[in-house]
Order: sequence, then C-alpha cells, then structure tokens
Amino acid sequence: MLEVTGLRVAYGGIQAVRSITFHVNEGETVALIGANGAGKTTTLKAISRMIGIAGGDVHFCGEKIVGIAPHDIIRKGIALVPEGRGVFPRLTVLENLRMGAFLRDDKDGIAADTERMYGYFPRLKERADQLAGTLSGGEQQMLAIARALMSRPKMLLLDEPSMGLAPIMVQKIFEVVRNVAAAGMTILLIEQNAKLALESSQRAYVLESGEITLNGESAALLHDPKVRAAYLGE
Amino acid sequence: MDISLHQLLQQFPQQVVNGLVQGSIYALVALGYTMVYGIMGLINFAHGEVVMIGTLVAITVTGLLAAAGMPVGIAGLCGLVISILSCMAIGWSLERVAYRPLRGSPRLTPLITAIGMSIVLQNLAMILWGRNYMTFPPLLPKVNFEFAGAYFTLVQVVIVLLSALMMSGLVLLVYRTKLGMAMRATAQNPEVASLMGVNINRVISAAFVIGSALAAVAGVMVGSYYEVAHYQMGFVLGLKAFTAAVLGGIGNLVGAMVGGILLGLIEALGAGYIGYFTGDFLGSHYQDIFAFAVLIVVLMFKPSGLFGEKTGDRA
Repeated sequence: MLEVTGLRVAYGGIQAVRSITFHVNEGETVALIGANGAGKTTTLKAISRMIGIAGGDVHFCGEKIVGIAPHDIIRKGIALVPEGRGVFPRLTVLENLRMGAFLRDDKDGIAADTERMYGYFPRLKERADQLAGTLSGGEQQMLAIARALMSRPKMLLLDEPSMGLAPIMVQKIFEVVRNVAAAGMTILLIEQNAKLALESSQRAYVLESGEITLNGESAALLHDPKVRAAYLGE
Repeated sequence: MDISLHQLLQQFPQQVVNGLVQGSIYALVALGYTMVYGIMGLINFAHGEVVMIGTLVAITVTGLLAAAGMPVGIAGLCGLVISILSCMAIGWSLERVAYRPLRGSPRLTPLITAIGMSIVLQNLAMILWGRNYMTFPPLLPKVNFEFAGAYFTLVQVVIVLLSALMMSGLVLLVYRTKLGMAMRATAQNPEVASLMGVNINRVISAAFVIGSALAAVAGVMVGSYYEVAHYQMGFVLGLKAFTAAVLGGIGNLVGAMVGGILLGLIEALGAGYIGYFTGDFLGSHYQDIFAFAVLIVVLMFKPSGLFGEKTGDRA
C-alpha cells in the first residue's frame, strides 16, 4: 500500500535519512524503530509532505505522492498523528475532532464517527466542550489519534504515541491502536519504545543514523540478539 | 477662563458618544490587523492605506453616479459596495504579491515590506486622486438626536450600529463556520492544520480579504463622518487602529473590538478634558497624544494587551 524507495532527506547538507526503502502492505501494522535522531520522525514528515525530500520516491496505493501539496496528503487517505500530538490547544475537543473531518461533508457520517471515537476514548466524550490545551498529555494523545481517524483514512501514521506518557496511559493508547489495526487499518508506527512497537506490529524496520539496518517479522526481531542488545536494554 | 466642574460633567455624555463613534471605526480597522497577525504573525502596516483607498474609491464612485443623476443614497450604497470589492482585491493582491513570497523569511523582512507597501499604496493614491483634500458627499440626511444630554447625528448612529453588525458577523464567521474553525486552527498550528487538509494559503488570503472588506467599510464611515478625505489619511488612522489591536491583545478578535472602543473613548475624553486639566495650556488638538501614550504604556507594562495570551512570539 505504501512504498518508499530510496528516500533521502537532508537538512542543510546533513543527511538525516540516507536512501531508505521499505513498504507497508494493506491491513498491516509496521513499526519503524530506532534511537533518538535515527531519522524516524523525518521519514514520517517526508511521507506526509511536511518537509521536502532530497531524493527517492514515495508511492501510496500505486500513486506517486512525492510532489503533491501537504494539504492534499489527507485526501489520498493518509492521516498523520504528529510527534508531540499537535492538538489545537484553543479549540475544544469536539472542534479538534471536526478539524480531523475537515474535508468531509457528510454530517451524519461525521456525527457517527464522533460517537465511534467517544467509544474508543470515553474520556474525550466527558471533555467534549473543554479546550484541548487543558487536557492531560495522555488525553491529548487520544484526541490526536481520534482526530486522525475522523478523516476515515486508509492508512494511519503514528509518530511516537507513547512519548512522555505514564505507563498506564501508554497501555490504554496501544490497546486502541491494536483495536484499530484489528478492524483492518493499515498502520505505520514509529516508536522509541521498541518492545511495545514490536509487540504491536507484524513487521518492523530498524533505523540507525538514517539507514535501515535490520528488518523482518516483529516477533523474530523481538528475539534477535542485536535488537535485544541495542533497543531492549539487554 | 475657568470652566466649572458642573459644565465638565455635562459634557461627559457627549464625549462618550464621540468616543464610541470613533472607537467603532478603530475597532473595524483593528480587526484587520489582528486577524492577519493571529494567523501569520505579520503586522500589515499597509492596512491603514487600504482604509484610505476604501474612502477614496467610495468618493469617486458616489460622485460619478450622483453626477449621472442617481439619488445620492443609492449612489452612496453603490460606492460602499464597490469600495468593499476594490479593497478586497487590494488586500488579496497585497498578500499574493508582497507577503507570500516572503513566507518563511525572518520576521523583520515582511514587516519592512509592509511599510514599503504602505508607501506604494499612498503614492499610488496620490497619483490617482491628487494631493488635495476631497469632500465626501453627505450620504445620509442631517438628522440630529438628543439623549441623556448628548447630541448625535444619524451618521453617528449608523456608524455604531453598522460596526456592531459587522463585528457580530465576523464573530459568527470565526466561531460558527468551517472557514472560521480552519482560521483558528491555522492560527494555532499551521503545520498540523495543513495535515487536516486545510489549504493554508487560502486561509491567509481569506484573512486578508475579510480584513480589507472591514477596512473599506471603516473607510466609508470615516469619510462620511468627517466629510473629507486625503491620500495620507490612512497613516495615522492605521497606527491608531494598530494601537487599539495592541491594547486589546494583538491576535485576539474580542481584544481588537474592545481595544478599539476603549481607545476611542480614551481619545475623546482625553481631548475633551485636556484643556481643563492643564489650565488650557494644551488644547483638544493634542488628541493624538492619547492614542500613542496608550501604545507606549501598554507596550511597557502589559505587552500582551488586555485579552492577549501569555506574551509569546505569536498570539
């Protein structure tokens, strides 16, 4: 479904991502793991057109998405949950969800999806009229995921959903991520928490200094001595 | 000569009326500054010139139509509409030509460009309309009212009501429509707003176009209130409206409205009473001092303004 070939990204002469190639099949959850600064977020930003690329190609559903405008990415069916959540702090929770459905015009469908999100995250329903900036970090993460789902995407890109959250909150968030995946969503997951990422995905790629050094079945990588040594603290 | 306190108190309602009228105009112009600042962090110093062009276009169109035999009321209405459309076009082009190419450059660059555009528009107006003062045709019959010791004209009533109407409309637009929601979202986080499918360029254009429409209405108001217009009239008016926006907290819509009205009142009361408090050493022609004193005081003690969020880089 998503095919990234030879993607290169440079920041002012520094190669943040050097020619990486990977793909995500329909219905699959694929994790991209690696240390801080390995180029994970850069890769996601490049796919979602928030930053320009230095070379390579990105295809989504067979269509080249490299040259399109950033605001057209969601039209193609790709929804990004950005690093640091990126909720609109002075919009209410409900307004944030409506922003997720910005390109949709079907009022009934939007209302039904809003209820569906409240089903995933009952906390959001309680706080529907509260400004998003007043939510806790975990609640903001829930909101960011729900907002992305409101566009009815074909694929979800998750950037560090566990970042800065209490373990219990991380469990809750990942439970929903797994439910969404089980319902058929294609997911590209970026995580520093390698154990969590490998446990929640079918396949994974390991990114080191802007290059993919390992890839394979998540279950196998979980037992790979190199991965265990470098990312699972053994 | 000494004026008694009693007389001063008698003047008070009149000064309040004058302040409200002037303040309504400031508020409309201040909204244009604040909307653009809120969304892109730019102070569009050319905004005052858009007001000026709004006035001059209205004079020309109304004059031509009235000369062609149209009743002056209807000619004035056409003048207003064409002035609004022209200003919208100017606001849109301003952003397209002058500011968009500078997106992402250091903050000082678009600011200097804004001052440059202000000079360009002023000179353009000078070439088109000349250097002389022009008289604005009286659009409304001269009817006077009296209420609680204050006298006011039909023009003043219409100015206050029309600005209240425009401001309510704007609030509805920003808080009740999808475009308004996109504008607020873009102001808070443009990068994420574009991830949601919002075309940032369109939102910015909309802010310029709406602000310029309000500026045109304000321009026609100023024209019909003072009945004169001049190619340089936009400069001081723009600075004062900017002051009003800063007073209310730049980037904040309600702030711009309250700041505008408040500045009008401060000016009117200040000008009305300065003579008394300085023993006639300073007269009401020192009116402009108040606006800029307010600007300095706000910037010194509360740079985020009355309704501004914490002093940050952006509202």
